[in-house]
Amino acid sequence: MQLTLEFGGGLELLCDSVKVHNVNVDQGAGEKLTMKNLLAWVCTNLIKERPEMFMKEDTVRPGVLVLVNDCDWELSGQLDTTLEEKDSVVFISTLHGG
Amino acid sequence: MQEADVVKPKKNIGAGRQCTICNQRRAALKRPKTLEQICRECFYVVFEEEIHRVIVDNQLFKPGERIAIGASGGKDSTVLAYVLSELNRRHNYELDLFLLSVDEGITGYRDDSLETVKRNEIQYGLPLKVVSYKELYGWTMDEIVKMIGLKNNCTFCGVFRRQALDRGAALLKVDKLATGHNADDIAETVLLNILRGDIARLSRCTSITTGEDGPIPRCKPFKYTYEKEIVMYAYFKRLDYFSTECIYSPNAYRGFAREFIKDLERIRPSAILDIIKSGEDFRISTSTKMPEQGTCERCGYISSQKWCKACILLEGLNRGLPKLGIGRSRGITTDRSNDMKQSNGIKNIQSKQCGTLDF
Repeated sequence: MQLTLEFGGGLELLCDSVKVHNVNVDQGAGEKLTMKNLLAWVCTNLIKERPEMFMKEDTVRPGVLVLVNDCDWELSGQLDTTLEEKDSVVFISTLHGG
Repeated sequence: MQEADVVKPKKNIGAGRQCTICNQRRAALKRPKTLEQICRECFYVVFEEEIHRVIVDNQLFKPGERIAIGASGGKDSTVLAYVLSELNRRHNYELDLFLLSVDEGITGYRDDSLETVKRNEIQYGLPLKVVSYKELYGWTMDEIVKMIGLKNNCTFCGVFRRQALDRGAALLKVDKLATGHNADDIAETVLLNILRGDIARLSRCTSITTGEDGPIPRCKPFKYTYEKEIVMYAYFKRLDYFSTECIYSPNAYRGFAREFIKDLERIRPSAILDIIKSGEDFRISTSTKMPEQGTCERCGYISSQKWCKACILLEGLNRGLPKLGIGRSRGITTDRSNDMKQSNGIKNIQSKQCGTLDF
């Protein structure tokens, strides 16, 4: 599944300072790809350092905002949000100075 | 400044959730303050108008005043500069707005963020003044860290920044300084002051305007504004801000309180405003000894001690005794310094780390 992932607010520093990643994420035949699956994939494939800045337990660290197709993931079920072809997912840290 | 493109609506969970304000457009975020689900356009309106109400209800500004916006290039001050210039136009505040930045002299951090502020100067048409530690104190933070190491550097930076902003504000001849401290920052500071037993600061830190008896009052128009909304606003409006952590404070003490607040927010978003309310409503026992405000004998800056903290720290740097004013100082020989050590009673400021937030 083709997805566009964007990291901002300092999170890009955890993935080689690249903000936008066009990625292809495999999912099992007939299975839906959820945000929960995507977070695991991101941790394995994109996060190069300090994963604790991005994740805490099984979800993003509090203070990291997530938008799926420019919509707050709190409106779409957070980890249960299902993704579709060509969706965009944005992660922004709010934890850096003002 | 191009706004984010409108993307296709999602068909799955959450699809068709409509804005609870206009009932027309697709909701784009959940407000932590009210839990309302609202669209981007309604969000801009409520976000800006709430800040307008805070400004009006608390009489933060008077017509004709010159106002400096403390600008670091980060999200909060960038959004503050944008929103204040917008509201100033829309509601005819008749304010002269300026950007005021402090150059601490941190290579790879402040030099980059100052570039952001310089772009903001052009984007928002606000004149910019930069004051540097080097010109004010003769030392850059890089030089200070070279001398003292990474242990107490945040103390120096915090103390120096506070004064630097005041000096810059005096140079700009402004009536007031507006800073981008948001609700999360203030809740965090309430907790920190409780954890430190710092009652003088606890009673001050929730005031929306401080220093009215001093030369340049400060105000916090974002006192009730959630960080999440500030970041969402900056993202949707594609505002240009800088977001890299200071290279000298990867793990500041404040970070723990910050993380705690964020954990609480996830469970109950109103916790942030509730902590601020608790801070506001604290009654300080009459038997609590409060420091008396005076002026520094050396530079004339406000100080509750004989010398202000900046002068003590600077004296230490210039005499090659950088521990002066930090923890227990040893090896001081002159009477003056001994006298100062006793009368100042500055014991534990090393625990007050990371000074990006001045209260």
